[in-house]
Parts: sequence; C-alpha cells; structure tokens
Amino acid sequence: MSNTVTSAAAEFARRQHSPVQRVQHQLHARPWLSPLFLLFVAFVVFFIATPTFLTANSMGILLQQTAVVATLAVGQTLVILTAGIDLSVGAIMVLTMMVMASLARDGGMPGLLALLIGFVLALAAGALNGFLVTRINLPPFIVTLGTLSVYTAIALLYSGGESIQASHLPGLLNVLGDGFAIGGFRLTWGIVVMVIIYAVVGFALSQTAWGRYVYAVGDDPEAARLSGVPSKRILLAVYTVAGLIYAVAAWELIGRAGAATPNAVPDANLQSITAVVIGGTSLFGGRGVLIGTLLGALIVQTLQFGLSQMGVDQQWRVLATGILIVVAVAADQWIRKVKA
Amino acid sequence: MTTRDLEVAHGGIPVGKEGIYSQQPILSARKLVITFGRVVGLDGVDLDLYPGEILAVIGDNGAGKSTLIKCLTGAYIPDSGEILMNGQPVHFRKPQDARMAGIETVYQQLAVVPALDIASNLYLAREERRKGPLGSVFRMLDKKGMERRAGQAIQRLGIQTIQNMGQAVETLSGGQRQAVAVARAAAFGSKVVVLDEPTAALGVKESGMVLEMIKQLRDGGLSIILISHNMPHVWEVADRIHIQRLGALAGVITPQSHDMGEGVAIMTGAKRLAPSA
Repeated sequence: MSNTVTSAAAEFARRQHSPVQRVQHQLHARPWLSPLFLLFVAFVVFFIATPTFLTANSMGILLQQTAVVATLAVGQTLVILTAGIDLSVGAIMVLTMMVMASLARDGGMPGLLALLIGFVLALAAGALNGFLVTRINLPPFIVTLGTLSVYTAIALLYSGGESIQASHLPGLLNVLGDGFAIGGFRLTWGIVVMVIIYAVVGFALSQTAWGRYVYAVGDDPEAARLSGVPSKRILLAVYTVAGLIYAVAAWELIGRAGAATPNAVPDANLQSITAVVIGGTSLFGGRGVLIGTLLGALIVQTLQFGLSQMGVDQQWRVLATGILIVVAVAADQWIRKVKA
Repeated sequence: MTTRDLEVAHGGIPVGKEGIYSQQPILSARKLVITFGRVVGLDGVDLDLYPGEILAVIGDNGAGKSTLIKCLTGAYIPDSGEILMNGQPVHFRKPQDARMAGIETVYQQLAVVPALDIASNLYLAREERRKGPLGSVFRMLDKKGMERRAGQAIQRLGIQTIQNMGQAVETLSGGQRQAVAVARAAAFGSKVVVLDEPTAALGVKESGMVLEMIKQLRDGGLSIILISHNMPHVWEVADRIHIQRLGALAGVITPQSHDMGEGVAIMTGAKRLAPSA
C-alpha cells in the first residue's frame, strides 16, 4: 500500500509547473525579489528621465533621506511580522526626541545621559504597547491608535510645542547628522547606524530561535503556543525592542533635521508601514524578510526623490506611492496562494 | 468461558499476546473525574497504555474522548483521580509538563506553523544552536544540522515524498503536514504519542500513509493513543480499543474479539459489555 502512495505522490511532486506558477513560487520563497526588482526598475526609469539622478551626490542625499524612516521601519517590521501594527512609531520617536533634547538643553544633562534616558523612555513606551496587547488582550491597532495620541500629547505638553535647535544641544545628540565622504558620496553616521540596526535585527530574525518564534507567533499563534513557543513573552519583547529602535530613529532625526521639532515627520507611521508592505512583508504576519523593508524604504524615497527631480508635483508623488501600496498588497495576496 | 469473555475480563488484553501486557503500563489513569460546572466530563475513568501498543480511544461526540486525552496530556487538570507513568503518580499542570515527561500530542488542528519550513517546525521551541561562541554568544542556530536530522526523522517514518527540509510546510499536502506533525511528536525521546483524529481531514491514500506511519512508530517501540471516529482505521491499526460512553469507560475490546458493528453498538449503548470480573 505504501508503495502506491509513494509513487503517486512522487509523480504529483514531479508534475510540470506553468511559468507563472514558477514565478509565484520564486516570489514566495524569496520575498525580497519583488522589491529588489521594483527598485531596479525605478532606478532605470529615473536614470533615463533625469541626468542628475544617478550621481554620487544624489545617492548620498537619497540615503540620508531614507535613514530615519528605514530605521523606524525595522521596528514596524517586527510588529507586523507578529500580525500586529504599530501606529505609535512616530509618536514614540518624537516624544523620545523632545525628551532627549530638552533634558540636554534645559536640564543641562550630558549628552550621553540624555540619550540613555531617552532610550529607556522609548523602551518603556514600547513595553506599554506590548503589555496592553499581551496582558489586556487588546488588538494592536487599537492599542497603538490610543498610545499614538497619548505619546503625541505628552510630547507636545512636555516641549510646549517649541523646537530645540541642534546648536543648543551637546555634540553627541546631533553627531548622527555628521558624516564623511567616500569620493563624492557623502554618508552620515545616521546611515551607518541604520545599517547596523538592519544587520543586528536581520541576524536575530534569520539566525536565532527568537527570530523563528517571531515568525511562528505571527503566522499561527495557536500552533506556536501548542508547540511550546512562549508567545506572550515574544510579543512583549517585539514591542519593547521596537520602542528601542524608534529611539535610535529619534537620535538620527535630531542630526538629520538639525533640531528637535515636536511636529517632525508627521506621516512617519504611514511611511514606515509603506516601507514594510512594499518590502514584501505580509500585513497578516509571519511572512517577510527584513532586507525587503530596507528596499521598500528605498523605493518610496527613490520615487519621491526621482519624481521631485523630474519636477513632478507633490500630489502626484503621493498618488504614485498610494498606487504602489495597493499593488504591493495585492501582489502579497497572490503570492500567499502558492501551491506546492 | 469463551476466549472473548476471557479477553473482556482481562481489560481487553488479547489472548496469546499477554507478553507485553504482563509489563507495567507506561501510562495509566485511575478514577479520573473532571466536571465543568454541572456538566460531568469524566466520571471515574480508568485507562491503561502498555509499552509498544496502539490503544485506540473511540466514543460518540461528548463521550469524553477529548476530555480524557486532555487530562492525560496536561491540557486539563482532573478534579480527582490519579495519573501514573511507569507506576509513579504524575501531576501535569500544563501541556509542557506532559511533554517533559515524554508524552507528545499531535492535535487535530495540526500544531504546525505553515510559514516555517519543515526543519524549523520539527525543531520549533527546541532549536539547537551552533557549537562554540557562535552558538553560545550569538545564539546562532545550527540550521544545517537541524535540517539533516529532520530529514533523517522523516526518512525513518518512511515518507519518501518529502525531500527538501527547507520547504515551507504550507506547500505540503495534508498528509505530508500530518507526517511532519507526527515526526515532530516522535522525535526528542518521547515515549507516548497521542494522535487526535490524525486521518480526519485526509483522503484515502494519505490516510493509508499516515496509518502505516503509526504502525511504524509502534514497531519502533513507542506507545500510541489514537483517537478516531473512523472505525475501519481503528480496526486496521489498533491493538486494543478503549470505548468511552457518557463520560465513562464502556469497556476495552480488541479488533479480534469484537467486530466493528459490535464496537459501535457498545459505543452507542445499544449493547452492553459483560462487566469485567
């Protein structure tokens, strides 16, 4: 009996796939392929359309513009991989930034201490999100929608709505805006820090048991729990680590903007979610790779930057980004339907 | 007394196969009682599982099959009664406790994570790290080693259709997924494997594959509790059959002592088993 089963099943496994099925299969196995292809297409188009696009100078600016959102998107990726969503990314970043800056200027604290307190604060803000999600069992969307308002309000109340110029801050706080040049290619320390974050979190996700648990909890929480994965602990850790990453983004933003401003990057939430989704991570959790998010952030910035260099209106750029999101999610749905 | 009466009198122990049944049961339940409010889930149930046998548990819906199994695997804590492993009383407060004691469960709703690959699923929550500082400091997983050993575990079950351990489980057929779940349960030095309706969602061929796999596990020395609604499957693989009815044990028979019709009659209460001596 087992012989007939084996041969029939083996035959099934050997059957021919159509070319479309094969493409679907590849995209399923390698979620970073489609964003990479998209980025490549965008580069080719803008290279042809504008002579100033593919220059060392432009590329340096593109990377500098990408760094903050790309960093935020790392935390967002972790949360979305667990089938959650974090609407408080921007709020945590701004709150952290205002507290760091104000402690350093008004409190006269050394830069390092202000930075560390900021990190602890962001960690606690992320942990509160995680606590509400895991212990009170509220949906992540609702929790972070609430904390978005709470953290934003605290940031505004605390700062009195006023900006703090970088010239008033100790060097350490705006060091990430400084940089160095390789040829005509100007890199900031903010970009370097962003790359380090990607490397560390990417390693944790792909090479450690913790990373597997993140995927497992996002894909099928019940199966993960029955298998012995400590689901709640993993979720709590994800939101907490995400908070810490937003603090790094806050540090980068002070350097990049040359000031701590309570209404900086107003659409940080949407930008970070866009980067994650275009990067091939599924909003339904459990699927995606971190490098895709970096590609996604680069795609969005490339589109914005390239179109503005071509002299296209801001409204059209927003429209283009919107279409890209819808297409990316539709593609994700299709890829998820892959068959053996 | 006929042979059949003899068997019934001895808790369904097959005549001529008394050898393994003279040993101590690997897992026993004594007078298990559990209630949910006013509903009596189990009303003093006894169960014995011997080393290297397949014990089927059958019963109508609400007869207490699942409740019994959940008590044995730590998912429920019985109100009273005793659970013994190798004669020693054990107290499972959560499924992890039962697992630590060597009782693995394959749940009906398949506890495999579809997006993860086969090796990752087999080793989920008991990953192995690399040797040296890469593993101890950087907590890096030994992916190659786990894939190799996962491949061996699948091979041992006689599943030739799964070749690539890096394949996501969601790309597998229902039977292959079941094979992954069973391989996971049978690995890691488990002694007892509990299978909850392993063939319920499968076609004829795949059911055959899974039943073969269950026999192989038994022949490899594992003790197996098989919960099933499918009488032909039960009569094909079981050594003994524990019949639950209305939260109590209606009797233990063997596929040799009673045919399917009689088994179903006992299960539904249309027929009574002679009370055991």
